[in-house]
Amino acid sequence: MKEIDITLPISGELCRMLQPGDKVLLSGIVFTARDAAHKRICEYLDSGKPLPLELKDAAIFYAGPTPARPGKVCGAIGPTTSTRMDRYTPRLLAEGVKVLIGKGKRSPEVTAAIRSHGALYLVAVGGAAALLSQCIISCETVAWEDLGAEAIRRLEVKDFPCYVALV
Amino acid sequence: MRQLDINGIKAAVKDSLAQLGTNIDPKVEQAILQAQKEETTELARDILTTLLDNYYIGRRDCLPICQDTGTAVFMVELGEDICFQDGSLTDALQEAVREVWQEQYYRNSILRDPLFDRTNTKDNTPAIIHTELVKGDKLTIKIALKGGGAENMSALKMLKPSDGKQGIREFVLETIIKAGGNPCPPVIVGIGVGGNFETCAILAKKALFREFGSPHPATEWAELEAELLQAINETGVGPQGLGGRTTALSVQIETAPCHLASLPVAVNLNCHAHRHCKISF
Repeated sequence: MKEIDITLPISGELCRMLQPGDKVLLSGIVFTARDAAHKRICEYLDSGKPLPLELKDAAIFYAGPTPARPGKVCGAIGPTTSTRMDRYTPRLLAEGVKVLIGKGKRSPEVTAAIRSHGALYLVAVGGAAALLSQCIISCETVAWEDLGAEAIRRLEVKDFPCYVALV
Repeated sequence: MRQLDINGIKAAVKDSLAQLGTNIDPKVEQAILQAQKEETTELARDILTTLLDNYYIGRRDCLPICQDTGTAVFMVELGEDICFQDGSLTDALQEAVREVWQEQYYRNSILRDPLFDRTNTKDNTPAIIHTELVKGDKLTIKIALKGGGAENMSALKMLKPSDGKQGIREFVLETIIKAGGNPCPPVIVGIGVGGNFETCAILAKKALFREFGSPHPATEWAELEAELLQAINETGVGPQGLGGRTTALSVQIETAPCHLASLPVAVNLNCHAHRHCKISF
């Protein structure tokens, strides 16, 4: 299958060229955030507290990896169900998030928001966590360690495979 | 009374839990391989190839095939003529989970309270333990690592008896279509029919523990399983919900007698990362 290389942060020009169903290989920085982290990000935005990550042009991966074995960069990692983040997503897109990575469909409201902000929703393969783990070059917990698997991690990925779902 | 040593049981359970996380059921792998050959679109084939590569890497590198190492679910069939030596079975199962999650670097995914205290218990306990008393002196422990994504897309409906087979078919298809890519298709569909409200849900769970791909022993139910599998694979949901012929790998139904006013149906979905096994003592 034809693969399109994307270096993050993605350019608007490349984003506009993508079609649903395209396979892409991502390289660059992505941040993990799941349900609890999304809730907290929005609470911080509401109260004007500084966030531990820059949302502008960011790529957010809905994921909580297994702990890394000693000497390994990252444990098994893969997407969780995106629709659980739908309540928070328009807010994050308004703050400049450009790429969302998860699995499954989005709500009509989020679909519209992704399109109006010129953002990109990618689907990664669920249940391919050993394989995806090989695409992680570095993994660092940057905030909210108290959330355990749901903490925010900064990942450097190389040729991370995804499919374009919404653009 | 038959005496069973609790330490031996715990060791066997730990071994099974450790195997389940990184080793896919060979029959599931075979089914994916077959489906990959039969898929007609490049995208669906590519996803199924990724799944096959992932199973290989999981085995090779001792890495969980899915990061959601799940809730540990035990279905215990306990012979009435058994007594345990040197400890409690409940404690042994919970300890096995606690130890394996740490030793195998599995992800802790269990929270203390569903609403008011969503903090992690940090050892993946409590495991869910269903116990059924059976005659005799045998002990069977069925073990699953059950991911949240597929569990979330499961559903139960109290149908009217007049809804019949068509009602069951419509509810199952509605559940599959609504779930889309969320439960990580291709899925394994466990269906409970009959019993009452809670029994029906447990039957659906029990159906997932049946040997992968094995038909119901009664012809009419086995035919319904085959009919539903075909109908599900005609929905076009496909691998990861991105379209294709392979939406489900197996449909497995368990049934029970029910009240004359009822026709309960439960659908318990499982992802392709089907991590179920059984040990007997």
